[in-house]
Amino acid sequence: MSPTTLPPIYHWLNTSLTAAAGQTFWLPEQGSTVATSVDRLFHFILGISIFFFSLIVVLMVIFVLLYRRRTDVTNDPAPLHNTKLEITWTVIPLIIVVIIFYEGFVTYMDIRTSPSQAYEVHVIGKKWQWLFKYPDGHVDEVLHVPLDEPVRLLMSSEDVIHGLAIPAFRINMDLVPGRYTYMWFRAVEPGEYQLFCTQYCGTGHSDMLTKVVVHTRSDFESYLKREANAFKDLPPAKVGEILYTRRGCAQCHSIDGTVSTGPSFKGIFGQTHEFLNAPPTLVDENFIRESILNPSAKIRQGFRDQMPTYKGILKDEEITNIIEFIKTLK
Amino acid sequence: MAETAYTTADNDSYLTHDRGVLSWLFSLDHKRIGVMYLVSILTAFLLGGTFSTLVRMELMYPNKPAESVVAEKTLIPREIFSKDNYNKFFTTHGAVMIFLFIIPGIPAALGNFVLPIMLGAKDVAFPRLNLFSLWLWWSGCVFFLLTLLFGGLDTGWTFYTPYSTSTETRVVPAVVGAFILGFSSIFTGLNFIVTIHTLRPPGMTWFKMPLFLWSLYATALIQVLATPVLGITLMLLGVERVLSIGIFDPKLGGDPVLFQHFFWFYSHPAVYIMILPGMGIISELISVFSHKHIFGYRFIAYSSVAIALLGFLVWGHHMFTSGQSAMASMIFSALTFSVSIPSAIKVFNWLATMYKGSISLQTPMCYGLMFIFLFGIGGLTGLFLGALATNVPLHNTYFVVAHFHYVMFGGTMVAFLGGIHYWWPKITGRMFSEFWGRLAALIVFTGFNLTFFPQFLMGTHGMPRRYYDYSSLALEHPEIATYNFLSSIGSLILAVGLILILIYLLASLFNGRPAPANPWGGATLEWQCSSPPPYYNFKSPPTVDDPYDFTNIHYDPEIRGYIKTTDNS
Amino acid sequence: MTDEHHTIAESSHAGEHEPFLAHHFDTHAQQLNAGKLGMWIFLLTEILLFSGLFLIYTVYRSHHPEIFVWAHQFLDKTLGGVNTVVLIASSFTMAWAVRCAQKNQRRGSIVLLVLTWFCACGFLGIKYVEYKHKWQDGLLWASRFKPNEHEIEAIQKHYPDPGHVASDVENAPRNAGIFFSIYFAMTGLHGLHVLAGMIAIGWVLRRSIRGDFNSQYFGPVDFVGLYWHLVDLIWIYLFPLLYLIH
Repeated sequence: MSPTTLPPIYHWLNTSLTAAAGQTFWLPEQGSTVATSVDRLFHFILGISIFFFSLIVVLMVIFVLLYRRRTDVTNDPAPLHNTKLEITWTVIPLIIVVIIFYEGFVTYMDIRTSPSQAYEVHVIGKKWQWLFKYPDGHVDEVLHVPLDEPVRLLMSSEDVIHGLAIPAFRINMDLVPGRYTYMWFRAVEPGEYQLFCTQYCGTGHSDMLTKVVVHTRSDFESYLKREANAFKDLPPAKVGEILYTRRGCAQCHSIDGTVSTGPSFKGIFGQTHEFLNAPPTLVDENFIRESILNPSAKIRQGFRDQMPTYKGILKDEEITNIIEFIKTLK
Repeated sequence: MAETAYTTADNDSYLTHDRGVLSWLFSLDHKRIGVMYLVSILTAFLLGGTFSTLVRMELMYPNKPAESVVAEKTLIPREIFSKDNYNKFFTTHGAVMIFLFIIPGIPAALGNFVLPIMLGAKDVAFPRLNLFSLWLWWSGCVFFLLTLLFGGLDTGWTFYTPYSTSTETRVVPAVVGAFILGFSSIFTGLNFIVTIHTLRPPGMTWFKMPLFLWSLYATALIQVLATPVLGITLMLLGVERVLSIGIFDPKLGGDPVLFQHFFWFYSHPAVYIMILPGMGIISELISVFSHKHIFGYRFIAYSSVAIALLGFLVWGHHMFTSGQSAMASMIFSALTFSVSIPSAIKVFNWLATMYKGSISLQTPMCYGLMFIFLFGIGGLTGLFLGALATNVPLHNTYFVVAHFHYVMFGGTMVAFLGGIHYWWPKITGRMFSEFWGRLAALIVFTGFNLTFFPQFLMGTHGMPRRYYDYSSLALEHPEIATYNFLSSIGSLILAVGLILILIYLLASLFNGRPAPANPWGGATLEWQCSSPPPYYNFKSPPTVDDPYDFTNIHYDPEIRGYIKTTDNS
Repeated sequence: MTDEHHTIAESSHAGEHEPFLAHHFDTHAQQLNAGKLGMWIFLLTEILLFSGLFLIYTVYRSHHPEIFVWAHQFLDKTLGGVNTVVLIASSFTMAWAVRCAQKNQRRGSIVLLVLTWFCACGFLGIKYVEYKHKWQDGLLWASRFKPNEHEIEAIQKHYPDPGHVASDVENAPRNAGIFFSIYFAMTGLHGLHVLAGMIAIGWVLRRSIRGDFNSQYFGPVDFVGLYWHLVDLIWIYLFPLLYLIH
């Protein structure tokens, strides 16, 4: 049978289980310092669960077989309670859950308490994209971090509640509009790790994905330098195109004429459009700038008031670059 | 002596006493109300189950697989529904299952029928309120149907703000429906509490009550105390959408996390509304089908009330990653473990009941044993979620989905099925086919585990819930695609099992053997009246004995049922 | 065995049984006890319903006391005070009406129920005046909170001292409209309960006129009375919390 017609299960059997190095049957690879403690607790609880579950099922099966109703038997009166037994099966589980609680609590304090010195990245979550603002001011939609150094994420949402989770790092925290939440980690292996949105946020919830790239220190320096000079020698329209893809514009606005959540950018510069809440307006530099900073001011006919503002996210220079890019779209 | 004082020789039962649709729609008879609830609630279950099947079909394959498998033929298309429709499907599945099915569930459909008879009373304390509760259920159902017909709902059954205050879908009718259903639940709980307090016959002390009644009482306490908080929460959500009062909107000075506190303050105790009656049924089933007195009666009775009350203290364990303080999380985690202990001990008590019993594996007992197995897994996986450190990576993943399906479906639904089969002869006067009963139970068990066990693995590997597509995850972890595939196949097997149950139960109405008064050998009062019971339940207040004393209950092959002898011959 | 009917139309007149004794109760005393327990449980659920709002009030007031201090002065303490007196009086007449029903004093219970009903009307009437005033002067919830000039003038006249926080309208606390969100939610829900109470009072009034009640059977009046006392009690908490902030 050719591989393309085999049912997926055969692909699974053929595919290496350790597609990501360090992955086990239950858990993904351990990418952060807390992962070892979290996993240790996980396996402890797993062991306890398997033990008690097996005990219960085995007893159940044995009793069913041993005490199967043969004829209409009269029972020997059996004791209705047994204090020693009842105390035992109360105290032992109690001790076990106290241990589980304690271990869970201790590791949790590690998870929640970031070291005082940490590389701080601001995270902005919005439908349906992640944006990371670095200390040097540049913005990226991928999270780049240095290896083996504490990184602190200061997070907030622009619109609804989102959740940031990096399974390999075993961390997860909601992003709430109107306030900040934070999370920290220390990566232990260079590589790329998936990052998901874990708080349902609407249509694009399962598209709200990105990754964490862990660099060695020197590679990280190179990355930062690259980003600082990313647009140094590029013409403004080219920079605008990069921003168009990386800042989330592409999610809702096409450049080939396809109408999606928002109008297409193709050919709009110089056109006059109709609006639901404003008189017909010419699409010029000022209009585009206003649309980016205050999108609700003019809602185009046939569309809804859904675009979030980019105030504070796009610098003036970046807005200019985007305008130049749009001008090139005939 | 074979006969009892309360079996009726009349050919008239509650089913035949009054004729016509109106005599049912306006009936004050708790038995008829219970039957109408049973039919309504199971219909809602079918509706909710249809939506979950659609969800599982969408998730059977990743939409954008790896290059190597992209040309592979699939059993169904990879992408079947739009993202928005998918979001509406899982929301509807959750909302229908929770508000229309599982919360009213056992108390309304079985409790209404059984409670007065098991207690030895003629009816519940407020029969008109009981009928009103049913009408409220139907009204709430209408609002849910309106929600579906006019654009659907896509917020998830948890309605988190600000998504729920800003989405364009039909939040207001859904919230109105849930509000009305909340009152249906409150009035049922109120009715049961007053009934148990004031209508016990002479001799029926609290500790002579069967454990099913204790569980309904504990459940009723929660219904009465927790549901009003849901009421105000939903009311505020509705008012926020219509008038923008801003309580939960950060732009207007509100706090979206406050919504979560309010919502879970009800919704956590709600899960005990779901499970306690189920556990009550299991106590009955294990005892009757082991033909042995329940072990640890007092403990089980006390633990039901303890779980009900402790359940009010742990709502924050749904919010460990919401941004709430570490201190609050710690307290909630500690309290969460305290609630786990009584539930675990109940399982040990049931096993001890089976020890040296005389066990018969008839269909209700199959469900009883299935409950212990599946609730065991469900409860133990709760340990992972109650512990703070392991909760963090597992929160909002499929691990949580698997956990709650094991306890709600593997727990409550299985107990519900056990109870339906157990009381089926009493309610309908017919026996169902044991062969099909046991076969369907096996299919349900297999399908259930195949559907939900892989979801634990999906969750530990990081697959978030409420995801329309997991292609990117599957690219890095191809086994996720396999787990999803197996889960979807499992859901089809599960559906087959459930539909099979529906078929043979309905068939029994036409060609089932007429049931004796006591087909299983129970010692509680409902087995002392005919199957089906007369409309007046008992001619005179019944004699109250120990509800788990089987010493004088013997099988009579002539009637193929059990009779209670008054001497030891 | 009697041919008893079990439908809603016939439950109150159960044939050979006593009038108004439901078939599943043995005695009037048992029925009264059950009804009382039922009503107390229902009142408990009402307290829990309102407690959500009281909790929101507490949370917001502790986080933003300045909003409450500033915004509450738009409320009319006099009207609020009159309403409080009216409701307390209505509780008194209601309790007396229950006593009359218990003592078989039909005329007395009718008069007192009518008085209670009119007190309730008065309460709602004053509430209507207050709400209309708020609507006209732009004193509404959250984003719709835009006090107009008339209102601002009135405030400044009332608090001429320029140092007083209330007269400093230009520097009103941000999101001051939240106070009115809470005000309308709480008094609105309470008002709906007053209205429901009026319907219930009307119903027992009709039954009193029909002569249904006697010293053996007076439960419904008692239970409506209990409900009415709770409605009064909730207002007694609402009034100082909303109107009398210092």
